[in-house]
Amino acid sequence: MAQITLIEAVTQALAWEMKHDPSVVVLGEDVGVNGGVFRATLGLIDTFGADRVIDTPLDETTIAGLTVGLAAQGMKPVAEAQFEGFIYAMLEQIICHAARLRNRTRGRMTVPAVWRAPWGGGIRAPEHHSEANEALFTNVPGLRVVLPSSPARAYGLLLASIRDPDPVIFFEPKRIYRQYKEEVPDDGEALPLDVCFVLRDGSDVTLVTWGAQVKETLEAADALAAEGISAEVIDVATLKPLDFDTIHESVRKTGRCVIVHEAPRTAGFGAEIAARLAEHAMYDLVAPVERVTGYDTHIPLFRLEMKYLPAVSTIVEAAKRTLAAS
Amino acid sequence: MPTAATFEIDYIQFLDAEGQLVRNDLPAFARDTKQLVKLYQEMVMARVFDAKAIALQRTGKLGTYAPCLGHEATYLAIGSAMQPDDVLAVSYREYGAQFHRGVKPRELLMYWGGDERGNDFSGPAHDFAWCVPIGTQCLHAAGSALAFKIRKEARVAVCTIGDGGSSKADFNSALNVAGAMTLPLVSIIVNNQWAISVPRGAQTGAKTLAQKGIAAGLECVQVDGNDFIAMRHVLDHAIKRARHGHGGMCIEAVTYRLSDHTTADDARRYRPEQEVKDAWQREPLRRMKAYLQSLNAWSEEEETAWKETCTKYVDAEVNAYLETRAQPVEAMFDYTYADLPPDLVAQRAEAVAREKRA
Repeated sequence: MAQITLIEAVTQALAWEMKHDPSVVVLGEDVGVNGGVFRATLGLIDTFGADRVIDTPLDETTIAGLTVGLAAQGMKPVAEAQFEGFIYAMLEQIICHAARLRNRTRGRMTVPAVWRAPWGGGIRAPEHHSEANEALFTNVPGLRVVLPSSPARAYGLLLASIRDPDPVIFFEPKRIYRQYKEEVPDDGEALPLDVCFVLRDGSDVTLVTWGAQVKETLEAADALAAEGISAEVIDVATLKPLDFDTIHESVRKTGRCVIVHEAPRTAGFGAEIAARLAEHAMYDLVAPVERVTGYDTHIPLFRLEMKYLPAVSTIVEAAKRTLAAS
Repeated sequence: MPTAATFEIDYIQFLDAEGQLVRNDLPAFARDTKQLVKLYQEMVMARVFDAKAIALQRTGKLGTYAPCLGHEATYLAIGSAMQPDDVLAVSYREYGAQFHRGVKPRELLMYWGGDERGNDFSGPAHDFAWCVPIGTQCLHAAGSALAFKIRKEARVAVCTIGDGGSSKADFNSALNVAGAMTLPLVSIIVNNQWAISVPRGAQTGAKTLAQKGIAAGLECVQVDGNDFIAMRHVLDHAIKRARHGHGGMCIEAVTYRLSDHTTADDARRYRPEQEVKDAWQREPLRRMKAYLQSLNAWSEEEETAWKETCTKYVDAEVNAYLETRAQPVEAMFDYTYADLPPDLVAQRAEAVAREKRA
């Protein structure tokens, strides 16, 4: 079995689903002959033809609106936003139509579509190519928001997203697109869209994160272990709808929680998790919830971007603060 | 100096404001006088409905309503030129077209009366619902057209937009992609001269709105939108060529909004009374009636009798709407996702409990 990267897992999932479901089409900028700027759609046009691997005009509004129309007429489009920083021109179509067409027509019309976008910072990219804007979407009723952090989860969650009858925002942490390889059987097995993944068992503190930050968080857990601190690590992966039960169960055990994300802090998705802990886990907590996040600034251009993103050291420090508190 | 490109925009009219034929090459459909009478009757029906809907709003029995007064010829031409399998993506006042396609007046009233069930209408299940975010529906039609092209179905997508909406990105994106991909998309700009208070001239420096399709590589034409015969003639052509794989068209229907923008608007604030009076002389029903009378195909007696029929039918629809009970509170949850996530199951229970306490 081949070892593949996260980006190759995306391609593998697209190819599997296109092969098994003729209503699946891929559309976006440069997704055809070029295979996408990150090569997520590499080779798909050779297998499935230009009718199903569609290079659109260079206009995000077009991509988003076509996707709504295609999906409403029985296709299963997978749209690519070339970068998450370009997705804003798609918001009206996503929010006003994709997310609410089922509701506003009482189920007569639906939008079974996926919007894929490379997401997040840390690849020394130009301006507007490094955003972590998932919280814009987690506030929108009718959407699912998915953010895988490993090749296997990218494969299984993308299959599930394409098969889901509702619109899914599928963010791919581009910093770890090619970070490591793992075995991902091309068996068409989807993963559940409503379950957090417990990546490491621990008893002293719960580290909750998603996306590229999973890497730093697991490293932080290693560093804490070296000092005798046992950290549990949860990859949220499916942000909306949120599987709070898995997080709560962990916090019941550890009594401490550090939330790590690279998006700005205020009203970031960590705030939702912290609020739910306050509502439901107050008496399980023995220390204040900590957030390790990007600052409430624009992510800086790349000479400073690593100073903006959470680091292993800042996660370790936050975890230790929760231990010092009780 | 060599010329890189040239273009012309034809203006199509068959009936003048007095209902006199200005061309002698009457299209075949227009020779079927019985059919013309039937479509005229549907135009009258739309107008009777419109007046009733405004009255309902004024008496607190309907929410904000967008009237269709003056647009009836354009809309009936659209509705009658399309096949049931084709897809219609409208903005929010194309009632004549929608009634022709099977949408019931009671459903329209439900939508403007604050009930989502109006969008689950009796028209074709693949037709899009009313679309308030301006211009966005044009890309839904383009996406539908792309689906038909991919599946090799001989179907056409039709979208409508106002003169104001022709300034929006989504509209221009739809034209552009229709040209780039040779999509079976017929786009109709219903130029009623006013985008709420902003006149047509403030939207663009272009001489016609039809020419907006030129840059996309589309066939473009301007039509007298108050002339049913001209509108239907152009639409028959546009839909036929789209269905046969020759791509999209951009049609500008020149008409006039004889009403306020919506019942929340007061057009007297921004447009001269004389302009509206003049527009009444060019309106679509007057000329169609005159034309049918000149053929001895319609009489004042028939007109009076038909209006009574319309009133009875509309009254029955209004009663059906007024008798519709509000949805149960849980309806606001039940169509958010195909399967309600646990969070929403809990919130749904909250809402039901609140309802029981109330």
